[in-house]
Amino acid sequence: MDSNAAMGNDVSRRSFLKTCVTLTACMGLPHSMLGKVVGVIESTSRLPVIWLHFQECTGCSESLLRSSHPTIASLILDKISLDYHETLMAGSGEQAERAIHDSMADNKGKYVLVVEGAIPTANNGVFCKVGGKTAVASLTAAAEGALAIIAIGTCASYGGVQSVAPNPTGAVGVRDIIKNKPIINIPGCPPNPYTFLSTVLYYLTLKRLPELDKEGRPLFAYGRIIHENCERRPHFDAGRFAKAYGDEGHAKGYCLYQLGCKGPVTHANCPVQRFNDVGAWPVSIGHPCIGCTEPDILFKTSIADKVQIHDPTPFDSYAPVDGGKKGKGADPLTTAMVGLAAGAALGAGAMMAKKLPGSSLEKKETQDDGTSK
Amino acid sequence: MERQSRRGFLKTVGTGAGALVLAPVAQASSEAAPHANNEELGMLYDATKCVGCKACMAACKRENRDEGELVCDKAPFDKDTLWDAPSDLSGNNRTVIKLYKEPGQPWSYVKASCMHCQDPACVSVCPVSALTKDKRTGIVEYNKNACVGCRYCQLACPFNIPKFQWDRALPQIVKCTFCKNTFLKKHGTTACADACPTGAILFGQRKDLLQEARKRLQQNPDKYIPKIYGEKEVGGVNHLYLAGVPFAKLGLPVLPEAAPPRFSEKVMHTIYKGFIAPVVLYATLFLIAFRNMKRPESEPQPAHKEGK
Amino acid sequence: MHQDDFQKQEGNLFTKSFFVLLALVLIGVYLVGVRCFKGVGAVSNLSDGYPWGIWITYDVAVGTAIACSGYAIAILVYICHGMRYHPLIRSCILTSMFGYALAGLSVMVDIGRPWNAYNFFVPARWQVNSVMFEVALCIMTYTVVLILEFLPTILYSLEKSEWRRLREFVDNLPAALSPDRAKLATRIDNVRAASGRIRALLDKVLIFFIVLGITLPTMHQSALGSLLLIAPSKLNPLWHTGFLPLLFLINCIYIGYAIVILESTLASYAFKRPIEIKELSGLARIIPWLTAIWLSVVLGDLAWRHQLAAAVRFDFYSCFFLLDVGLVALGSALLFCKRIRWSPRWLFVSAVLILLGGALYRFNVYLIGFNPGPGWTYFPSFAEVMISVAFVAFEILAYQLLVKLVPVFPRISLHGGSGKLDSEQEGAA
Repeated sequence: MDSNAAMGNDVSRRSFLKTCVTLTACMGLPHSMLGKVVGVIESTSRLPVIWLHFQECTGCSESLLRSSHPTIASLILDKISLDYHETLMAGSGEQAERAIHDSMADNKGKYVLVVEGAIPTANNGVFCKVGGKTAVASLTAAAEGALAIIAIGTCASYGGVQSVAPNPTGAVGVRDIIKNKPIINIPGCPPNPYTFLSTVLYYLTLKRLPELDKEGRPLFAYGRIIHENCERRPHFDAGRFAKAYGDEGHAKGYCLYQLGCKGPVTHANCPVQRFNDVGAWPVSIGHPCIGCTEPDILFKTSIADKVQIHDPTPFDSYAPVDGGKKGKGADPLTTAMVGLAAGAALGAGAMMAKKLPGSSLEKKETQDDGTSK
Repeated sequence: MERQSRRGFLKTVGTGAGALVLAPVAQASSEAAPHANNEELGMLYDATKCVGCKACMAACKRENRDEGELVCDKAPFDKDTLWDAPSDLSGNNRTVIKLYKEPGQPWSYVKASCMHCQDPACVSVCPVSALTKDKRTGIVEYNKNACVGCRYCQLACPFNIPKFQWDRALPQIVKCTFCKNTFLKKHGTTACADACPTGAILFGQRKDLLQEARKRLQQNPDKYIPKIYGEKEVGGVNHLYLAGVPFAKLGLPVLPEAAPPRFSEKVMHTIYKGFIAPVVLYATLFLIAFRNMKRPESEPQPAHKEGK
Repeated sequence: MHQDDFQKQEGNLFTKSFFVLLALVLIGVYLVGVRCFKGVGAVSNLSDGYPWGIWITYDVAVGTAIACSGYAIAILVYICHGMRYHPLIRSCILTSMFGYALAGLSVMVDIGRPWNAYNFFVPARWQVNSVMFEVALCIMTYTVVLILEFLPTILYSLEKSEWRRLREFVDNLPAALSPDRAKLATRIDNVRAASGRIRALLDKVLIFFIVLGITLPTMHQSALGSLLLIAPSKLNPLWHTGFLPLLFLINCIYIGYAIVILESTLASYAFKRPIEIKELSGLARIIPWLTAIWLSVVLGDLAWRHQLAAAVRFDFYSCFFLLDVGLVALGSALLFCKRIRWSPRWLFVSAVLILLGGALYRFNVYLIGFNPGPGWTYFPSFAEVMISVAFVAFEILAYQLLVKLVPVFPRISLHGGSGKLDSEQEGAA
């Protein structure tokens, strides 16, 4: 099959391959695997996907579509059979419900369930009902026949904004409800669309799920902290900080640590992958990272709160070989005290010497025993 | 009285004679340094290749943080503890990159860390074997369970390498151990050598490092001071240096080829060999004291018992 | 056993000086507490360049030399059979015992990981090339020997004393707390009997320990000098020599005699006793010979190593070298003169000079002549000095208490008013 057909007729082969290279790199696969990735994309088989929406803003779906190059969206929509997606599907009402029912039945054990949004659990889950069913019930039913679940966005991964205290709806992430299926969390608010696409392609290429970290995130995208790859790191290392929005440091593009950047504790690949295909990410335009891929940072801490650096690395300066004065020398108090004590001892000794008898030369049977007076 | 003074005189002469006997021992200068063991593992640091990135410092800290419970060395201006900014080796720091820069002089970086001597003074002086030299790899290692914290090793090291954790209730001695229980075990090299982007730090057998160093000196004589520092100093050390500026400027002290433990141990062994001298001394003194006890010269008291 | 040769010092236990010394000791206890929680660096100016400061230099190196009064007198009495010095032996052993115990205590405060000290007794850990190993074991053994040597005195007191102070204390207790008199009397009798038995046993074997008490200091005092052999690049050549063990050994003996003179004179003055001038002048005869040997080894070795020029350069090191050699030389030159040897005043002065010179020598070797490299500096901190002061105060305090509780001083005979001591030999000739 012609690669152009996979992309639509207005995309060049060169553009297509460039995108494939990006995806291969995003997955952390070596360049030698490019051929295999291309092969997967060009093949005609399509992975059935059921996409459920719960307590969400649809931002994650939007981020997938908000690329200036339509190729990404096309790639996604051509490689998967998106059997149910409330925003994108044409059908509605009974028709939509039948689509999901049929897909779940026909593809049992073979479809990927994508969940966008948190799931409310308080009051038996009444706070979110679609088609008369609570979110909990829908999720449980759909998860049963899924081969894997992708929780896209921080809301589906960890609960998101609605789960902030006092959490009146009892909002939780997918992993708090489904315990017996592999769950891949792709947090972010919104997450990078390349991460989602790479995860899908990873499965299609290697026929297994990618390696996940403790929070269930693919290591190839969330394995490093932002602080390690940030382009403003040299400013951090040199101690050049923006102290307030719009000040001179801010205008010069200095490090945003003092404004509360959560980069040092946030795992994501934003500085590398960037967004919207224009190479922008929050820090690059002057706003500190808000830690949106972490369960305990986004909405749980203040944006302006400074974070602790857990693994401090050396500062951008050098210790001189000639280190100057080392060790601790005399301080005035001790010197004075020691001097006084020495003087007092010598004085006492002199007085003592004076008090002692000057002579007690004894002859053989002397009476004088030299007793001091 | 005459008896006393003659005895006193003889004792004086005897003491002088004893001093003469000890003279050759006391004057023992360096015997020829024993042949270096080039099978041991070592490190070659080429200052001309170092770019001062300090990746080695960060890697060392990351890898060996738990050994010795190292924390970061805070710079005085650093309120938030943003950086690990040591200015020298310390109780929290096993390696450091320093800069030698004087106006009008060519400048250079230098890496400081344990020299892993062929004949380490620290190993020789430690009374409880807390510092030991591995027979096979030659790595000088620290065991906190044996260490009593007497700091004799700090006094003995000619390079002032072992550092003490002065601010802890449970202090340890801290120094580079060539990642013996950490990176070296897992990856066969040290964390710093692995992290170095320019190859300024090489880790391997001393014989290979010497060969490489000699090759560099031969191929680029203009770039280097014509000497491998550490090849012969204090009996040879396993951490070798090449540089483009004089080594003394980089804080590497000028030292003789004699290994200090040879001198110290020779004096001690001569005196205490086989523990013979102390036993002989005790026996001699005992005989004299015993004989003195029996002499009638002591006070004519009944029931006079020995001792005081 | 000539127990009658010795007497207790009469007097109140809780004098003014007792409380002053106690205050100093308590300050020290507090500072040691700080050291335990905040680390050695919190109470001292020690650093990686100067890992040993005044605690090792003064409390251990100089302190044990001062404590060598017992060693020096034991040589005279038991090896040279100078029985006329016998009356001095108890107070010297007492000072020695305290001096060494305090050196040990000082080391416990100074070392960073004292809970691992048991490793000195684990053969698998022994590192016999280390001088420190020898010093540690030898000093520990010697301290035990000293305690055993002093034990007969304590046991004698327990056995023969009236236990007056205890009885007075019990009498003054309120009725509710005071114990049954009959039971108390029985207990005291049991202690008395046990003391007598142990003392009898100890007396039989004491000579073995006494000779050990002469062998051990010979070993570890010289080893204290050997400690610095390992650092030729750091100890100034004026002091670094293979003769360090010999020099430290002779140094400790002449300091020992100087201390005997000082201690005896001070004690006589403080406790209003006659000065033991006969014995002291005898000691004073020996000292110059020792210092002469010491000085010739020092200077001869300097000449051999071509360092004489460095000695008269009058830079920092040269000045301290000349000072320590000069003090020792001056003090002992005085003692060649008979009139000075028989004058308590000048004896005191000479002894002070020799002590200062000898102690300065040890300071020079450990601290002043020690240069770890450019930039390093050291001067003790206030807390560091106060801890040393507290140790010394504790020693004086304990000495004062013990001489009042057990017979340590030679008995002053009041018969015939001669003022001579019972166990005197023929007079000085």
